[in-house]
Amino acid sequence: MTNPLVSVRDLRIGATTDAGRKVEIIKGVSFDIAPGEIVALIGESGSGKTTIALSLMGHTRTGCRIDGGRIRLGTSEITAMSERARARVRGTEVSYVPQSAAAAFNPSKRIMDQVIEIAAIHELMPRAEAEKKAVELFRALALPEAETIGQRYPHQVSGGQLQRLSAAMALIGDPKLVIFDEPTTALDVTTQIEVLRAFKSVMQRGGMAGVYVSHDLAVVAQIADRIIVLKGGEIQEVGGAEQILHAPQHPYTKQLLAAFEPVPHQPIAQPEQAAKPKPVLEVFDLCAGYGPLRDGVPFAKILKNVNFKLERGRNLGVIGESGSGKSTLARAIAGILSAYRGAVMVDGKELKPDLQNRSKDDLRRMQMVFQLADTALNPAHSIGAILARPLTFYEGLRGKAREARVIELLDMVHLPAALRHRLPGELSGGQKQRVNLARALAASPELILCDEITSALDTVVAAAILELLKELQRELGLSYMFISHDLSTVEAICDDVLVMYKGEVVEALPAARMSTEATHPYSRLLISSVPQLDTGWLAGLEQDPELVAQFANR
Amino acid sequence: MMAEATTTTAKGTPKRKGPGYRFNWVGRIGLAIILFWAIVAVVGPWLAPHPPGEIVDWDYFGPVTKDFWMGTDYLGRDIFSRILMGARYTVGIALAAVTLACTLGVILGMVAAVAGGWFDMILSRLLDAFNGIPSLLFGLVVVAAVGSSIPVLILTLTAIYMPGSYRFARALAVNVNTMDFVTVARARGESTPYLILREIFPNILGPVLADLGLRFVFIVLVLSGLSFLGLGVQPPNADWGALVRENIEGLSIGAPAVIFPSIAIASLTISVNMFIDNLPTKIRDRSE
Repeated sequence: MTNPLVSVRDLRIGATTDAGRKVEIIKGVSFDIAPGEIVALIGESGSGKTTIALSLMGHTRTGCRIDGGRIRLGTSEITAMSERARARVRGTEVSYVPQSAAAAFNPSKRIMDQVIEIAAIHELMPRAEAEKKAVELFRALALPEAETIGQRYPHQVSGGQLQRLSAAMALIGDPKLVIFDEPTTALDVTTQIEVLRAFKSVMQRGGMAGVYVSHDLAVVAQIADRIIVLKGGEIQEVGGAEQILHAPQHPYTKQLLAAFEPVPHQPIAQPEQAAKPKPVLEVFDLCAGYGPLRDGVPFAKILKNVNFKLERGRNLGVIGESGSGKSTLARAIAGILSAYRGAVMVDGKELKPDLQNRSKDDLRRMQMVFQLADTALNPAHSIGAILARPLTFYEGLRGKAREARVIELLDMVHLPAALRHRLPGELSGGQKQRVNLARALAASPELILCDEITSALDTVVAAAILELLKELQRELGLSYMFISHDLSTVEAICDDVLVMYKGEVVEALPAARMSTEATHPYSRLLISSVPQLDTGWLAGLEQDPELVAQFANR
Repeated sequence: MMAEATTTTAKGTPKRKGPGYRFNWVGRIGLAIILFWAIVAVVGPWLAPHPPGEIVDWDYFGPVTKDFWMGTDYLGRDIFSRILMGARYTVGIALAAVTLACTLGVILGMVAAVAGGWFDMILSRLLDAFNGIPSLLFGLVVVAAVGSSIPVLILTLTAIYMPGSYRFARALAVNVNTMDFVTVARARGESTPYLILREIFPNILGPVLADLGLRFVFIVLVLSGLSFLGLGVQPPNADWGALVRENIEGLSIGAPAVIFPSIAIASLTISVNMFIDNLPTKIRDRSE
């Protein structure tokens, strides 16, 4: 075996919390990276994957420090170096591609100046040569107008392009190791494909080694040679990409994979009723937008004539990329954003477009759960107070009866009753989202609007939330409108699916046959862009370039 | 530590001291000094050894003696007695004015942030315009029109400092107002008073209290400025700021007459800020 490029031995990283308590984040991690090999670090949030990746540059986030172990990169001993010597290595030996390219670029400087910054700081080559090299990199990364794109400012290119440009920034100094920190997590699926392809080809051509940090196994499967599964700062399993995907050894890896398996949704059996009930939610020609009204029409029109029907006890998925108007649709239905045209009917009764004119009972029937669990809970109120408020507000419950109902609600979402004395800041992300659900349930609603409620959660936690939703539906006969950009989530819980594109519903079809029966070109593109748990998927994927040019926001 | 401290009604005022609302010792010292001055303000007249307006020493700027614990002023009046009497004006007027100004400003600011639209616009522009009037000039006009009395002084100072407090609270409330938990409450159908008091107020309390401390100090200074112009507390009584100003010439001859009122002002303003900066973490910063 050849000498590894990077060797990490018994790495320990600790941190001191604000309260002065010492915690160990990384507990004795050892691994090697061969030259030209791409290794993925995978795990849920808090597993230490980014901390390890950053430590390969000798960098730790504020408050953390490397307590022990050795990191060797090529011939340099990172852990033994002075800060000044490490600065010389960064950019030339090892470089970094951050998660959010938009935040990594300085908005007031031209892209070219920022891409060649590493060459300038380390005085690697004259400016003209560096610019030439940057243009070559732009071409290799399949960026359009490679000659002139460097003259633009960061806000003048798309998100996917910016992420590729940040890779160019990392590659200009010919590093031996490139660290990718969740570079495609914030991108839409159709964009993600292009970025992944560009990364893969440029890494292969340059023969560079890479560390790819991600929580998404399917993405990692496309790009990594080897996968390291992390949990709680310890390595759970190391193996080739094929082996991890098809023959996982460790129970945690199996759990991760299981969370990925699409569980086909079984629609709950409807008890036959004499009179066919009215649909729980019906929407006619709904139009909504933002900005000042002019002639009754807002400045920015988002939703255009949306029509759909949601039968009682069934679930409707709404899918689409960012900017397709999914969340706006939910807000317009809930009345948070007042629709300027069209009608929303709940149980056959038309609702007023704005909150002020809806009755308390109208509001109670329909509850909304938000994407970011922590901003949806008031940090100043205890969980008990948060859950008690809708009970008092809608039903006038007080004292003992209310307390009992709060405990019951917590039990419904599988949280211990003692949690009601805590503040939201003391809960984990999954627990917070459960509290959000419990608050919605407190109103005894008929319909719950779920706006990307699992997007900010780890795979395993999100799978558990979906299970909970199904269970609650069986017990309480709820209907969900489930908004997501993640097709597998929608498949797991929904009966019907609406595909949205630029504020319009382009297709409505049953979720189970989504992948086979979609006819609209945009739905087809969207469905085919979802990464599969298969190492050969990206290489074998063929998409009509005309379709891509028409719909994908690259 | 946080978990055990949490009660079901996770709300509290600085006065309430449950297990989670413990002050550290710096905060306690601040509170003790504020309470000391508050007591002096109430019982001062009975403690004073000499009437504050009476000329008791035929020498001016007298030194510290057995009879005059803090020396005498430029007319030979007892400084100790004058400070005890002045506490009533300085502490009373400043506390009343700052409480009124901040309460009014914060409530209006939160209403404006939640209501938005024309209410917000009209109120903001109106108070901005009001902010443009120089504070001493405004005081001059009011006192010239209705005469000087303690309620007039309190209301004048409130009017001067309310717009700033409004601006500050509105800016904070606008940020909190866009958070999802406020949207949830609004979608539930909650009324504006509930949104303001239960959802927004607890989350802006920390910065608002810090602002209150700063505003208190400014009010003490403006009050002494008004007294200097003869518009504030009327002779023979004087607030502490006025005591400093009328005895300022004594500084060059080393008279204690100017030192002690300064110490009184400093001790009050510093202790107010010490108290506010060291409020229990749970009140000061909800995000932790």
